[in-house]
Amino acid sequence: MKTNRAVRSPGGLSVRLDVRALTVVVVLLLTALTASVVLIGTGDFPIPAGDVLRTLVGEGNAGQEFIVTELRLPRVLVGLLVGASLGLGGALFQSISRNPLGSPDVLGLGQGATAGALTVIVLFSGTAGQVALGALAGGLVTGFAIYALAWKRGVHGYRLVLVGIGVSAIVTAVNGYLLTKSDIVDAARAVVWMTGSLDGRDWDQVWPLLALCAVLVPLVLANGRGLRMLEMGDDVSYALGVRVERVRLLLMLSAVLLTASATAAAGPVSFVALTAPQLARRLTRAPGPNLAASLCMGAALLVTADWVSQRAFGAEQLPVGVVTGVLGGVYLLWLLVTERRAGRI
Amino acid sequence: MSGTGSTLNHRRSTVNRLSAENVTLAYDQRVIAEQLSVEIPDNSFTVIVGPNACGKSTLLRALSRMLKPNAGRVLLDGQVIQSMPAKKVARTLGLLPQSSIAPDGITVGDLVGRGRYPHQGLLRQWSAEDERVVQESMARTGIAELADRYVDELSGGQRQRVWIAMALAQQTPLLLLDEPTTFLDIQHQIDVLDLCADLHEEHGRTLVAVLHDLNHAARYATHLIALREGRVIAQGAPKDIVTAGLVEEVFRLRCQVIDDPETGTPLVVPAARGTRAKGAAEKAGAMR
Repeated sequence: MKTNRAVRSPGGLSVRLDVRALTVVVVLLLTALTASVVLIGTGDFPIPAGDVLRTLVGEGNAGQEFIVTELRLPRVLVGLLVGASLGLGGALFQSISRNPLGSPDVLGLGQGATAGALTVIVLFSGTAGQVALGALAGGLVTGFAIYALAWKRGVHGYRLVLVGIGVSAIVTAVNGYLLTKSDIVDAARAVVWMTGSLDGRDWDQVWPLLALCAVLVPLVLANGRGLRMLEMGDDVSYALGVRVERVRLLLMLSAVLLTASATAAAGPVSFVALTAPQLARRLTRAPGPNLAASLCMGAALLVTADWVSQRAFGAEQLPVGVVTGVLGGVYLLWLLVTERRAGRI
Repeated sequence: MSGTGSTLNHRRSTVNRLSAENVTLAYDQRVIAEQLSVEIPDNSFTVIVGPNACGKSTLLRALSRMLKPNAGRVLLDGQVIQSMPAKKVARTLGLLPQSSIAPDGITVGDLVGRGRYPHQGLLRQWSAEDERVVQESMARTGIAELADRYVDELSGGQRQRVWIAMALAQQTPLLLLDEPTTFLDIQHQIDVLDLCADLHEEHGRTLVAVLHDLNHAARYATHLIALREGRVIAQGAPKDIVTAGLVEEVFRLRCQVIDDPETGTPLVVPAARGTRAKGAAEKAGAMR
């Protein structure tokens, strides 16, 4: 049962490793990368995995080079980054609210980002870049609104969830109103955006996401120990010397940024933020936020779902959000049933 | 308010490690205590008693820097506690709060290990010393054989021992306990109090506990602080201060105080129902 190992250097440095959790992280990373290679090889012009790898290290032929690096690689990278951001953001939200339902999907961050995107599409007929900015702004505003409304001597579990559901309902109504006001072309574009899709994503979406992840992921992981203490309640955390409000604010802000920018890049891909942390946790069997495992799970889930959405239904391609929605919905029901059996809901 | 109380309230702290000086404590607008001064004698087992809502838990929260006083200050080793680095305070002063949550699926060993947080850093996550202290804390509280069990499956008494072990693993010379015996049956209450007494005697640790049971307080405390409505009514060794008059003043309860046949400490025996009713009627008559 004891899977924790401590690695110590003579200089007094020590790192604690949970062997099982580490194995899960490595396996999930490999899964995500394998799925990525398969996904790059998939399409109207199939490329064998070996050729994909050769092309990625710069030894492919010119035709494959173009298809891989210009068309398919950026889409897969956006998928990996969006999945990772949603997985990590979801793990942060669920840990801070101490509730699996306290994830961005339920709290209305996706709807908030959608409202931002719809505003740009319907009222200004903006470009793709402007839509992304609108979505980012919408997500951030919603995140801050929820935080401000749920703030009372710290953000507490059910309060955050209930406020989030309320905000989500309001924003959904706004989105409905915007859709009825739009003409048919804008409406079609809006609906595609709202399903969440990786179609046509290129390097312009990769760089901002990559930069954000490069800053936020190390920052979040470095504060993971404080977050783990927070799960025992504010009083215990204070007693242990965690700067409770500071850590919580920093991590909430990171979670909102990660979720909002992931949504801006791919639309509100549903349920990844909800399911990834829960699945990761069942694999690691470790208490605590399981941040790294959730991140890798999110990436693996999204890329796999994207492959399914391209392949499972023959020539008919589905937006990835449809697949994650179906998988996540089934999972959510299962979660509710088992939690109910355990007497927690 | 008695004369002794007001002089105590204005005494300045000089030597003791932990003290509150003229603090005003409030939750939002609701003031719990004003101009309250308390000193925790070093190496004492101090117990704070008083009726419900007298501010005893609030005082403990202020002493452990969870509640910032609106006025006045709490001093730890001569420094204002809020100005000290959080982890440094956590290496000096431990707290067992009333409300704590055991995360789902956590083992006893893992939970106790979390008490080492203030001694750790990003690159010093689990030293040999951490391991040793955790083992020792679990042995000390009699839960060593539970190390691999899940906290969810334990009984209330065992669980309280786990949380105490976590606070012990923090290795602080001062330890504050907020109602450590609540929700435990009498055997486990005595168990926990014995453990506290051991911790106090063996290592000269300073312990501060909030207790409901006055007789437990009188038996175990070396220093007793009696609070009512946010004011110190009396403080000192239990045998010096626990009298029928004090109990009536603090708890509004008529009683006899006799010697505890086991320990010789004061034992509070509430007056019989009939006597108390008569007493109340006389008092009402006198006021008329």
